Order: sequence, then structure tokens, then C-alpha cells
Amino acid sequence: MSLQSNLAPSTTQLRAYAPTADLNVASPPQQRQKVRPHTAASKRDLRTEPRPIRSLIVALALIFLTVFVVLPLVVVFASAFSRGVSAYFAALAEPEALSAIQLTLLIAAISVGLNLVFGVIAAWAISKFDFAGKTFLITLIDLPFSVSPVISGLVFVLLFGAQGFFGPWLQAHNIHILFAVPGMALATIFVTFPFVARALIPLMQEQGTQEEEAAISLGASGLQTFFRVTLPNIKWGLLYGVLLCNARAMGEFGAVSVVSGHIRNETNTMPLLVEILYNEYQFVASFAIASLLAMLALITLIVKTILERRLDEGQMVSDD
Amino acid sequence: MTIEVRNIVKKFGDFAALDNVSLKVGDGELLALLGPSGSGKTTLLRIIAGLDWPEAGEVTIDGEDALGRGASERHVGFVFQHYALFRHMTVFENVAFGLRVQPRAIRKDEKAIRARVKDLLDLVQLDWLSDRYPSQLSGGQRQRIALARALAIEPRILLLDEPFGALDAKVRKELRQWLRSLHQEIHVTSIFVTHDQEEALEVANRVVVMDKGRIEQIGTPGEVYDNPATAFVHGFIGESIVLPVDVSDGAVRLGGRPLNIAANGAAPGASKLFVRRHDMQIGPAGGGSLEGAVRRVRSFGPIQRAEVTLADSEGKTVIEIDAPRDRELQAGEIISLEPRRYRIFAAHD
Ligand SMILES: Nc1ncnc2c1ncn2[C@@H]1O[C@H](COP(=O)(O)OP(=O)(O)OP(=O)(O)O)[C@@H](O)[C@H]1O
Ligand SMILES: [Mg+2]
Repeated sequence: MSLQSNLAPSTTQLRAYAPTADLNVASPPQQRQKVRPHTAASKRDLRTEPRPIRSLIVALALIFLTVFVVLPLVVVFASAFSRGVSAYFAALAEPEALSAIQLTLLIAAISVGLNLVFGVIAAWAISKFDFAGKTFLITLIDLPFSVSPVISGLVFVLLFGAQGFFGPWLQAHNIHILFAVPGMALATIFVTFPFVARALIPLMQEQGTQEEEAAISLGASGLQTFFRVTLPNIKWGLLYGVLLCNARAMGEFGAVSVVSGHIRNETNTMPLLVEILYNEYQFVASFAIASLLAMLALITLIVKTILERRLDEGQMVSDD
Repeated sequence: MTIEVRNIVKKFGDFAALDNVSLKVGDGELLALLGPSGSGKTTLLRIIAGLDWPEAGEVTIDGEDALGRGASERHVGFVFQHYALFRHMTVFENVAFGLRVQPRAIRKDEKAIRARVKDLLDLVQLDWLSDRYPSQLSGGQRQRIALARALAIEPRILLLDEPFGALDAKVRKELRQWLRSLHQEIHVTSIFVTHDQEEALEVANRVVVMDKGRIEQIGTPGEVYDNPATAFVHGFIGESIVLPVDVSDGAVRLGGRPLNIAANGAAPGASKLFVRRHDMQIGPAGGGSLEGAVRRVRSFGPIQRAEVTLADSEGKTVIEIDAPRDRELQAGEIISLEPRRYRIFAAHD
């Protein structure tokens, strides 16, 4: 009985890490900043509502947040430490856990690194140049957000699986993509691609090409212009994108699950291991790893808030 | 350094932003590019600077083909319409930028760069601002920093795109005098874009008037003002009274009535008579070609400006004339008017 009733929350918890990032990308800070005057106005409007209604609305929001955000977090930590601190650290020191942590860090490093480069290039192309097919490219960038992660994973199975498009060739050359690090990295790259580009496009579009043109007319080469003018102007936005990209890369479950093959000590990332351990009734171990992911989420939130403040400041400084 | 632009055509889609534009700028000249908004002034400057490429035509700087080179190789100082200062750099670093990105072989050492930047900031009289960021400057200060930054690379030519566009009238006036004396000091061949005719006439040796991507007239401020080549120039430079007239057999008629002026060789047919406001001679009723009733008089400085409703126009045609203060005008008074100096252009111009 306890298994049945516990399973449902466990999946909610799994999802809880990654989607924090999803939600935020919809409103990058520079857009939010412009909306701010309206928020202030609507706050004043709200005051015209009768007091009880206002209190009710605030209470509802608080209850909702407590039930769906705070409570799961508390449960994660409470379960992780339910057998004491030493059991918690012992669980994390298990070879299986260490391997999962290592793999997660590796995949995150690969996909964040590559998406940083791809994202900057895509945002640069979209915001600074006019070319045919630009709208199509923008739509394409958003594709990973609109597709279910499981489907994203399946695409790679269809491409690289034994019966897949490249499967026979890969097998002939003894190259392992699926059920190995390359496949998991590819799936993660795909799922997290939009974060950096999405954070940068509005910022770069707003900044326009004026400063770059000024740099070039002062004799700067393309690379000098990028590193001395473009990059410093987008650095906070870039960090913001990287941060969210990293949070998602480490927390990704669906797409990675499909291509991982769940080989113990080899292709299990932290989120995958959480599920496996949970299904094996190893609650402390499962929640210990889950607590790491939860901490990642919390740190991400804090850094994100700091970065947003930076971005807003940068925005104000740039206003002329 | 001289600049020569030959038969430039620049299109944005089907729209010709520049339509066969040719222009020569002499060594050390300060040329004003004057025209209404959208006439292609910025586009022309961008092509000379290498930030845009034309569909057809040639640009040479000092006899050398410029279109084959990128903007970074042309050594053209560009002061942008909206400053385009580097927002994350201090004023000092903004000005130093052009020196720091030079190829290592010719790059100055740090000490020389500092000295040069300081000289430039002295030149624009803003050395006390060197640690500020662009956002902490006033519009006029930003403008002068943008100029110092462009001058840092010792440009062969200097292009200024509405440098004083965003400033108030008083600061504009100061800066334009300052620019004029700066030019006398450093003598770099310059093109200066503005849509303020007074500014163009005051600052430049020669004025180029543009409209709809075409050059309407090139000349000294005096020539452009006194002998406008086209109806557009007459209307754009200095304010004019425009009356629809008909030319036939050497006579000029307004609403069927002959005027007391010669056609001066204007082609027969529907035409426009252009008269400057102060070129209307005022006389007693019945004493001239045109007659009208004074509707309103405003006096400021040495002149009085009167709105006059022309007779025979059923009260539809109201013109504004400038009269000296010694000829006191009263509202309601009937006066006669005689164009002292005038130009007639074909109506379709
Ligand atoms: N990148 C562009 N794409 C399409 N049309 C453009 C572009 N740049 C300029 N134009 C058009 O070309 C024409 C000339 O523009 P330009 O900026 O040269 O005008 P301007 O004389 O500098 O005007 P202003 O005094 O307002 O600065 C305008 O009609 C403008 O709409
Ligand atoms: Mg312009």
C-alpha cells in the first residue's frame, strides 16, 4: 500500500527539479524589467479590492506554494536524513552513487559547454544579421521546449539504435552511441539547447549592432569585436542561460532515461539512479541523491536571483 | 584626403534609398549633408564608412577604391547618430579602444596610449570625465566622447551623423561653433549630416541638399540659399511662400489675374512661385500685384510676422510674411504685396 501511494509523489519530485528552469525561461529578466511598471500599477489596483478578498488570495497562493513546492522539498530532505547523518553520507559514498554523480557532472559539462558555444552562435546570427530562414531558425531553437523529453530521447534511438538509421554503420565500426555517454550527452544537448540562445536573443536584439559597428569602424577585427564588445555586453545574460542550462542538464530525466539503457555503474545519472533506488526500496539512498539535486535547484535559484538583479542593473545603465 | 562618390545606388528591397548619387569632397573640407528624414543621409555615410555596400557605383578615398575594403581597413572616423559608445567601458577606455585594437606591430605602448587619450579628452574638454561610464554622461558629453573616440585612430576622414541631433537648441549652438573651430584646428576632411538647415549653413564650407535618395543641389551656403536649383531646395532651405501660378506669353498669373512680375524664362504652364518671407515688399492698398488683409501680427526681435489673407482667394490662401518693425502693421489693415525677389519652378517639381 505504501508503495502505491508513495510512487505518485516520487515522480512529482523528480519533475520538480527540472521544470523550475522551464518556467523561468519563458520570461527572461530583461522582458520582466519592462513589465515592472505595470506590476506596480496592478499592485495599486489590487488594493482597491476589499481586504478579505485580498487576504484570501494571498493565503491561497501561500497554501499552494507550500503544498507543491516547500512540502516536497522538506520531504526530500527529511527522508534523506531519516536514518541519520552517517547513513546519508554512507549512501552518497556508495560506488553506484559516486559513479552517477560523476556521470552527471560529465554530461552536464559536455552539454553546457557545447550549448554555450552553439547558443552564442545562434543568438549572434539571429540578432545581428538578416538572412533568409531566420524565422524558421527561431522556431527550430524552441523545438526542444515544445517536444516531450521522452520523444527527444526516442529520436536518438531511432537514429542510432540497432535498427535505427545509422545503427548498422555504427555497429560495423564498433562505435557505441546509444546506451553510452555519447548518446546521453546528445540527448541532453538537444533538450537543453534553447536555454542559452533564449536568454541571449532578446538581450542582443535590444542592444542592436551599433556598438559592433563602432568597433569595426575603429579598426577592430571580427574576433576583437566579439571578445571586447559583444561578449562583455552579454556576459550576465550568458551566465543566466548557462545556469539554467546546467540545472536542466543535471536534472534531465526523460530523454536521458530513454537512451541510457540503465547500466549500473555505467549509464546511470543522478535522476535515473534516484528512480532505480527508489524502486528498490532504498529510500535513504534514493532521497540522499535526490537531496543533492534539490540543493542544486536551490543554489540555482539563488544565483539566478543575483544574476537577474545584475541584468536589470545592466539594463538600466544601458538606457540612454 | 579627398572623397569621391560616383553613381551610387543602394536599394532596400525595391526601395531605392540612394538613387545615383555622386559627390566630391575636397581635402580638408567640411561638407554638410542636408535633407529631410529618410532622404538617405545615414545610408550614404554608412556606405562611405564601409558599414553598408551599394548595389552599384564607386567610392574612392584619396583616389583609392574603398569598396574593396572592409570598414576596419578604411580608417574612417564615424560619429554615430545615437553615439554608440561602448556601455561597459569607461570614457577613457572608449577613447582608447581604437588604439588598443591596432595590430601589434604598430600598436602604441600603454604609456603612449594614455598620453594620446588624455590629449583627446583635453581636446573635447572632458578630461575630468575619464572614469565615468557612458550612462553617467549628458547627451552633449556623450557626443563629444564619441567624437574623441573617432579621432583617436587619426582617421583619414571624419563622418558625423547628426552629431547634435538629440540635443537642445542652446547646446547645439555651442557644439556647432566648437566643431567649427575644432575643424579649423585639425583640418580633417569631414562630412557632417544634419537635417537642420541653419546648422548646415553655419558650419559648412559647402552644403549638399538631398531628397528621396537624390542630390538636389551642391553649393556654398550662399548659393544654396540665394539660388536654389529646385523647388524642393527653395522650400527646404529657408522658409518660403509658395503660390500656384500660371505662366503664359511671358506673363505670370495668379488665379487668372496677371502679376506685376516677369516670368524670367520660366516654362509656360502650371507653376509655383517661391518668395522668401522677407522678400515681399509691403505697400498701401491698391499699390501692388497682390492684395490682402492682415489677419494677425506677432512681433519678435527686429521683425514682425504677419499672416495675410490674400484677396480674390475667398479667404483660402493665407501667407506669412516678415516685415521690418518700422512699418507698423495692424490686424485688419488692407495692404498690397509685391515680390521683390522670387523664383518660378514648374509645378510638378
Ligand atoms: N536596413 C534598412 N532596411 C530597410 N530600409 C532601410 C534600412 N536603412 C534605411 N532604410 C530606408 O532608407 C531610407 C533612408 O534612410 P536613412 O537612414 O539613410 O535616412 P536619413 O536621411 O539618415 O534620415 P534621418 O534624418 O531620419 O536619420 C529610409 O526611407 C529608410 O527607411
Ligand atoms: Mg540618419
